Amino acid sequence: MSDLHANEPTGPLENRWTKHRFDMALVNPANRKKYRIIVVGTGLAGGSAAASLGEMGYQVKSFCFQDSPRRAHSIAAQGGINASKNYQSDGDSVWRLFYDTIKGGDFRARESNVYRLAEISESIIDQAVSQGVPFAREYNGLLANRSFGGAQVSRTFYARGQTGQQLLLGSYQALSRQIDAGTVQVFPRTEMLELVMIDGRARGIITRNLVDGKIETHTADCVVLSTGGYGNVYYLSTNAKGCNASAAWRAHRHGAAFANPSFTQIHPTCIPQAGTHQSKLTLMSESLRNDGRVWVPRSPDDCDKDPADIAETNRYYFLEERYPAFGNLVPRDIASRAAKTVCDDGLGVGPVIDEQRRGVYLDFAQAINDLGEDVIRERYDNLFQMYDRITGKNPYRTPMRIYPATHYVMGGLWVDYNLMTNIDGLFAIGEVNFSDHGANRLGASALMQGLADGYFITPSVVSNYLAQHKPDPIDNDHPDVQIAQKIVEKRIERLLNAPNAKTPPDVFHRRLGKIIWEHCGMSRSPEGLKQALKEIPKLRKQFWDEVKVTGSGEEFNQTLERAGRVADFLELGELMCHDALERNESCGSHARVDHLTSEGEVKRDDENYSYISAWQWSGDPSEPTLQKEQLRFEFVKPSIRSYK
Amino acid sequence: MKLTLHIWRQTNPDESGTFETHSVKGSPDMSFMELLDVLNEDLISLGKTAIAFDYDCREGICGACSLVINGIPHGPQKATTTCQLYLREFNDGDELWIEPWRVGAFPIIRDLVVDRSAFDRIIQSGGYISARTGAAPDANTMPVSKDDADLAFDSATCIGCGACAAACPNASASLFVAAKITHLGLLPQGQPERHSRVQQMLSAMQNEGFGSCSNHRECEVVCPKSIKIDRIARLNRDLMVSLT
Repeated sequence: MSDLHANEPTGPLENRWTKHRFDMALVNPANRKKYRIIVVGTGLAGGSAAASLGEMGYQVKSFCFQDSPRRAHSIAAQGGINASKNYQSDGDSVWRLFYDTIKGGDFRARESNVYRLAEISESIIDQAVSQGVPFAREYNGLLANRSFGGAQVSRTFYARGQTGQQLLLGSYQALSRQIDAGTVQVFPRTEMLELVMIDGRARGIITRNLVDGKIETHTADCVVLSTGGYGNVYYLSTNAKGCNASAAWRAHRHGAAFANPSFTQIHPTCIPQAGTHQSKLTLMSESLRNDGRVWVPRSPDDCDKDPADIAETNRYYFLEERYPAFGNLVPRDIASRAAKTVCDDGLGVGPVIDEQRRGVYLDFAQAINDLGEDVIRERYDNLFQMYDRITGKNPYRTPMRIYPATHYVMGGLWVDYNLMTNIDGLFAIGEVNFSDHGANRLGASALMQGLADGYFITPSVVSNYLAQHKPDPIDNDHPDVQIAQKIVEKRIERLLNAPNAKTPPDVFHRRLGKIIWEHCGMSRSPEGLKQALKEIPKLRKQFWDEVKVTGSGEEFNQTLERAGRVADFLELGELMCHDALERNESCGSHARVDHLTSEGEVKRDDENYSYISAWQWSGDPSEPTLQKEQLRFEFVKPSIRSYK
Repeated sequence: MKLTLHIWRQTNPDESGTFETHSVKGSPDMSFMELLDVLNEDLISLGKTAIAFDYDCREGICGACSLVINGIPHGPQKATTTCQLYLREFNDGDELWIEPWRVGAFPIIRDLVVDRSAFDRIIQSGGYISARTGAAPDANTMPVSKDDADLAFDSATCIGCGACAAACPNASASLFVAAKITHLGLLPQGQPERHSRVQQMLSAMQNEGFGSCSNHRECEVVCPKSIKIDRIARLNRDLMVSLT
C-alpha cells in the first residue's frame, strides 16, 4: 500500500517523545564540529534550528533569499502563540491542547506528532521569555493570555499584534549569536535552486547568488528545509511576495512525497481586494475576533448603506447565531466558509467585484463601548493603524470590512515522526512540512509548530541521523554535483530564452491564481477541479513558450527570480487539484460541494478517507502517483467536528 | 491620476548612476509599490530591464522596503513604510524623485537596492540575550512589570529598515542600536549582559562606518515605528555607566 513509514514510537501517547529521545542516538560533543548541516530558510523553524544546532557545536550553513535572516515571513504573524501552561487556570492541559489541535485538524493528522507538539509548547514560551521576547504582561508582572479560535480556554501568549515579529527576532538574535561565535555561516540573498543527491542521500544544495547570479555548490552531511508555505500559488495571499515553493518542489522532483497539497487555509479576516493591481492581501489577526463582532445586513437592500445607518435588529451576526458555543471564535475554515456563504447569498458589503460584494463587517463598537477605547487601543493599535493606512478608514469609528484570503498551507512535504522526508538525510520543518495540523490549522499554532520543530525536535532528530553516518566531505567535482549544476544552468537558460517571449511572469502568476482560487479555494467541485486540470497544463505550456524575462542571469535580476518561482507554482497548482479531486469527502479546509451536510457543513468519510495523501513525482506533472498513509486513532475517537 | 517619477538607475556599484524619468498612471487605492510593479511590467514587455527595488511582506513589518521619496526615507506619510504608502497621499500631476538609502555603510547593489548587512553585523556583535536552547526556567519565574514590558515592546518594534541612518546627516545608526539596547536593557533577562552589549554594539556600529549622533532628530521623524530619540539618551547613559 505505501512505502512511507511514519516511524512513530509505540506505547502510551504521553511517553512516546520522552522514550524516543532516549532511544535516539547522540553525537559526542567532541565529534559534532566534524559534521556539516545545511538549513534553508531563516524563519521561526529555520532560524531556531540553525541557532540550536550551532550552539550544539555543529558546522551550520544557513540560507535565505531575503537581504537578511530577519525578513522571513514569520515576521508578519500577528496574533499569538499557543501553549498548554494553564496560567489562566481555566482547564487547559497538554492533553486538551493536543485534543483541540487534532479536532481542529478534523482528525486528519497523526496523534503522535500532534501530542508531541502540545507537550513541547510550554518549553517554547520559556525559551522565548529567556531571550527577551516582550510578551504582554498582567499588572502583577506575569504573562498575559488571550483566546483564539477553536479553543474554550485562554492559552495564547502574545506581543500586542506582532507576536511573529517578536518571536522571530528572538530566534534571529539567537542565530546572530551563533554567527558571531563562528558556528553558523549565513548566506543572505542566496536562493536554493537544486538539491544534490548522492547515493540516495541528500548531500547538499546548488544555490544562485541573487546579487551577481553566480551558481554555487554547498555540500553537507544532511539538509534541513524550512522554506515556508506555498500560499502564493493563489497569487493573492497574505504571504510575502517572495514566498515560494521552489526548494520544496526540487525535493519533490527528487522523490520526496508531497502530502495533502490541497489542504490550504483560507483565513476569514483579511482586508478585501481593492482592484486588479492588487499585489497581495493583508491579514487582520484572528485575535481581533476576541473583541470584534462579525455581521452583515439582514437584507440585501442594506448592503450599500453606511453601516452606521443599519439598525441593530437589521444586523445578522451570523457566526454568533449559527455557532452559539464558539460564536465569533469558531475555527478559521468554519468562519471563512460562513463568510463566503453569506456573500454568495447576496448579503456581502463593499464594492462589487466580479458581480459580487465580497466583504463582511468586523465591528468593535460594542467592545469600545464596554471596555473603553484605551483598552482596545492597547490590544490592537498596530493592527487598526495598518487597516487605516491600507483602506483610508478608521476602525475606531466604523466597522472593518474583511473577507477570507489564503493565509497558510497545512499541506507540504511528507515527513515521518523524525521530521525526515522519504529522502534520506532531507528534513523538513515548519510550514514546509505537512504534519501536525491535519486539514485545518488552529490560530496561534503555526508559531508554535515552527519553534517546536526548530528548537526542540530538530536538534535531536538531526543528531540521531548524523550519529549513524560518518562525516565525509564531498568534492565539488563529484559527478552528481556536476549534474545538479547543469540542471540549474539549463533551467535558467530556458527561462531567459523562451521561443516566443512576450509576457512578463507575473501575468502568468495572476492567471494561475485565478484558476486555483476559483476551483480549489474555499469550495471545490469535481467539475471545477477537472476544469482546472485542463486549464493549468495549458497555461504552463504557454508559460514556457511565452515568458519574457529581460536582463541576464549574471546580475541582480528579480524578474528571473520570479519566473523560476512561478514555473514551480504551475506544477504544484496542478498537484493540488489532483489531490482535491481524489479526496471524495470534505474535511477541515477541504470542502467538496458534493460532500456537505444539508446545513452546508463538512461531511467526513472516515471509513474511506482516513489517510494522508502522499503524492510522488512521476516525471509528468499531470500524472502524479498516490501513496496513502493510513491514519490510526488509538487515543482519540474521531467525532463530528461541531462548534455549535 | 498621473505621476512623473524620476527613478535612480544604477546597474552595479562600479558604474555611475543616473535618474530615469517615467510617466505613470495609477489610482488612489494603489500602493506605491504596486505602481512600480505596473511600471516594471510595462518595461519588461518593452524588452527593458525592470527597476530593482527591495520588498517582501508589503504590510510594513519585514523592513525590506527602502525607498527615499522626494528626499524623505519611506516618503511623506508619518510612521509608514514605503510599502504602506498609498497613492491617495499624492495628487494628480505630482513629480516624485525616487532614490535608494544614501548611507556609506549601505553600499549600493543595483538601482534602488542597497546592502544592509551592516545592521546584521551590529546585532551579531551583541544585540541578543545569550539564552541556550532548552536551558530556560519557567516563563513566569521572572515577573516583568507591565510598564517595563510595554516600554520594552515599544522599542522591540524596530524592523531594521535603516530609514534612521538614511535620514541622518551623519548617517548614524544610533536609533537602530538604541532601540535594541533599550528593548533588552529594560528586561531582567537582559541585565547580565547590559554593559558588554552597549559597548560591543557601538563598536560594531563605528567599525561599519556609521556616524555618531549629534541630535539632529531626523531619524525619529522618518522611523516607521515611531521610535523616539529618548532611546538614544538611554543608550548614552548605558554607555557611560558601563565605562565607570
